[in-house]
Amino acid sequence: MTPILEARGLSRAFGHVQALDNSDFDVNAGEVVALIGDNGAGKSTMVKALSGNLQLDSGEILFEGKPVHMTSTQQVAAMGIEVVYQDLALAPHLDPAENVFLGREIPAKGIAGWLGFMDNKQMRRKARASFDELGATVRSMTSPVGSMSGGQRQGIAIARAIAWASKVVFLDEPTAALGVVQTKNVLETIKKVRDRGVAVVLISHSMPAVLEVADRVQVMRLGRRIATYTAADTSVEQLVGAMTGALEVSDGRDAA
Amino acid sequence: MSTLETTDTGQPVDRQETGESWIKKMTGAQSVWILGVLVVIIVFFAITGGRNFFSASNFLQISQNLAVLAVLGVGVTFVIITSGIDLSIGSVLTFSSVIAAKVMEAMGGQGWGTALVGLLVAIVSGGAWGWVNGFLVAKAKVPALIVTLGSLSVALGLAQVITGGIDIRAVPTALADFAAYDKILGIPGLAFVALIVVIVGGIVLHRTRFGRYTFAVGSNEEAARRVGVKVDRQLIYIYLMTGALAGLGATMYLAQFTTTTIAGNTLTNLNVIAAVVIGGTSIFGGEGSMFGTVVGLFIPAVLQTGFVIIGVEPFWQGVAVGIVLVAAVYVDQTRRAAALRGARKNRRAARSAATAK
Repeated sequence: MTPILEARGLSRAFGHVQALDNSDFDVNAGEVVALIGDNGAGKSTMVKALSGNLQLDSGEILFEGKPVHMTSTQQVAAMGIEVVYQDLALAPHLDPAENVFLGREIPAKGIAGWLGFMDNKQMRRKARASFDELGATVRSMTSPVGSMSGGQRQGIAIARAIAWASKVVFLDEPTAALGVVQTKNVLETIKKVRDRGVAVVLISHSMPAVLEVADRVQVMRLGRRIATYTAADTSVEQLVGAMTGALEVSDGRDAA
Repeated sequence: MSTLETTDTGQPVDRQETGESWIKKMTGAQSVWILGVLVVIIVFFAITGGRNFFSASNFLQISQNLAVLAVLGVGVTFVIITSGIDLSIGSVLTFSSVIAAKVMEAMGGQGWGTALVGLLVAIVSGGAWGWVNGFLVAKAKVPALIVTLGSLSVALGLAQVITGGIDIRAVPTALADFAAYDKILGIPGLAFVALIVVIVGGIVLHRTRFGRYTFAVGSNEEAARRVGVKVDRQLIYIYLMTGALAGLGATMYLAQFTTTTIAGNTLTNLNVIAAVVIGGTSIFGGEGSMFGTVVGLFIPAVLQTGFVIIGVEPFWQGVAVGIVLVAAVYVDQTRRAAALRGARKNRRAARSAATAK
């Protein structure tokens, strides 16, 4: 099966720091892949590279088996790839629907739309529907998201990404700021998204979370993918060992 | 609390709230609260000043005097919502009126032809200043405070250089008559123009994508950028529009005073900014309303005429406005903090209710 998104031999240096060092990555449709590694291992750089936010020194990115050249977030968004950043990137003064549709407002019908008017009703209805589909509790559709809890905001940010991501969604530390119950909810959400056939890439430091939700785990260290595991056959110790280098892994591509 | 409650419980909560939160939103808005203050002030002067104050002619006079500030206020509301500031509007107005007066003087006519050319010239020269401001803020990343402080100085300086500091009295009679005698639907000419600008500005701000992006840029610029909002372009357009409106205001002042007012606009910028902020537009960006700006403009103006009518020295207006300004922002901030606490409390209550089930 062709991975929906695949990176081959990506390299990028920032000055003397080799952030990506001939690194590979792949994710299939309908699969959750966890991308783990210690701080500075190159996870975030990899996400940037795969979402059009990074110039590469060398390497190749394949989308649905075909080489692509990612140049802008808009281009990547048009391909059905979305990223939920750690800081969520919501506008706190706008309400949930305004946030979900920010930058992609539905124009009003006819000449009004041409003049820049928007169909707020439809946007609100669609946003509501996507929250319900995820089971995200958003208590008020009219309050600014800045007045909402971390869990609700997380729900909105994920719902926004899911609403637009038809192919791949990246989640950068989606549970870092959340409590136990909320974390569980986010993991449930991830499974639902995967079951819709979307590829999910989860970046997390939480090994239990990773093992609960991921199908495969790819470990990065010093800018390279050093191992790929099937989540079902692996343990926290094994993952931590690979991340820190305590455990010798020969080559990521064969480890699974 | 939070993410996963079943939709069956989630839905009714929301339905109840949409009705409720509409009222909450209305009463929660600073502009409504400050409207109450304006009403109290009007009632006070109506009682103490009687028919002299509470008459149609007095209010028409007030709106005539406010017309130019309102036009400037529309632009400044947009700018402040992006968490920017424009200190240069008064000087840009002076500059534009000088250029327009020069052109109209050279043309020499007294009719609408000359007047319209003057208007166009004023709008273009104001817009040019606005574009420079916007470009430096958005592209050169110089703080708006500094950029517009610089253009304040340069625009006024150039206006003085061009005129040698002497006002130009070359305003076509058509323009002067428009301000002095013409009424449209019973509204004095300048006030009518201002009303149109305020209504269009309000619709653009609150109903269109351009307005939505204005709020988004002020709320979280990085978030707006990431979803593909062209933030730099948005900022440049907003400053350009503000400059162009200062150009329109310049023509209105020319019509009103039949002369340029080179020395007369030193405090215009601060008066407009004060009105916008009194009206509930947050200096930190992300929130505000056009309606609030209008209310914020009326408070100082009503105070001033009110003081004159009841025989208090009008100098007290400055004192009163300063106090209202600081008090309004203070109350607004405490109210917002309380709203945030309230929201948390509600959530806690909802959470314990949920666990009890």
